[in-house]
Amino acid sequence: MNEHHIISYRKLTGIWLVLLLLTALTVAITRVELGGYKVLAALTIACAKAGLVIAFFMHMKYEGRLLRWLLFLALLTLAIFIGLTFFDVLYR
Amino acid sequence: MNQTAHKDYFGAKLGMWLFLFTELLLFGGLFLLYAVYLKRYPHEFATAGRQLDWTLGAANTVILLTSSLSVAMAVTAAQRGETRRVMAMIGGTILCAAGFMSIKYFEWSAKIGHGIYPGSEQLKSGPPGESVFFSLYYITTGIHGLHVVIGALLLAWIALKARSGAVNASDYILLENGALYWHLVDLIWIFIFPLYYLVL
Repeated sequence: MNEHHIISYRKLTGIWLVLLLLTALTVAITRVELGGYKVLAALTIACAKAGLVIAFFMHMKYEGRLLRWLLFLALLTLAIFIGLTFFDVLYR
Repeated sequence: MNQTAHKDYFGAKLGMWLFLFTELLLFGGLFLLYAVYLKRYPHEFATAGRQLDWTLGAANTVILLTSSLSVAMAVTAAQRGETRRVMAMIGGTILCAAGFMSIKYFEWSAKIGHGIYPGSEQLKSGPPGESVFFSLYYITTGIHGLHVVIGALLLAWIALKARSGAVNASDYILLENGALYWHLVDLIWIFIFPLYYLVL
């Protein structure tokens, strides 16, 4: 456990502030009429927020290769599920 | 006869992450259902979704983000050996969990009071798309709420372990894994909030 990276309180607070800012941005963007782009914009920001939580709060940025690849594999599996389902739903 | 307990920190963390991946696929399936039905009933979803109060959703988003910050700080405190701060930070997270569940309680009871719950007469007589929306809303936020309760209980138990010294600067994998579970609860909400409260 000695090689473990310690994230300072200041850095964690900084990430939290960015997350709050992104939340405010999502609310602001979705109050405007953007039509279909609203979903895209909101999900893009949500993915950015999720990335910050995983990288810093969950320490993934400081983990080794194995955990990162496994995370990638899990997300890829989810993407394949969603992609194949919509391939069916959209072109039926 | 000097036996030290075998501890596999990386194995413990790997196991936690593997479990989190299964959780990801569980909620991923629910989001997939949401997406497919949004495609099929865009107007009904919009009518139903606008009945949810986005300010309550936003309040819960801020609460959960703060709770995540708090538990992440608890891990830092444990690594630095600041036991009192570990307990204070976990306490903050549990307080946030209580706040989140109270808001959720008011939201749900208001909706149920208006006759909107799975299988209610009002939803049965309305358009099918709205009924689907609220079924998904109750299932997704319900399972998520269950995770909030389990996470809070888990963290309370870990705080007791920290007080007794079982979680300390050289052995804090329990806290680390508990924090990972809590962050997952936050992650899921990051997607629930825009999808159910904002984009419709």
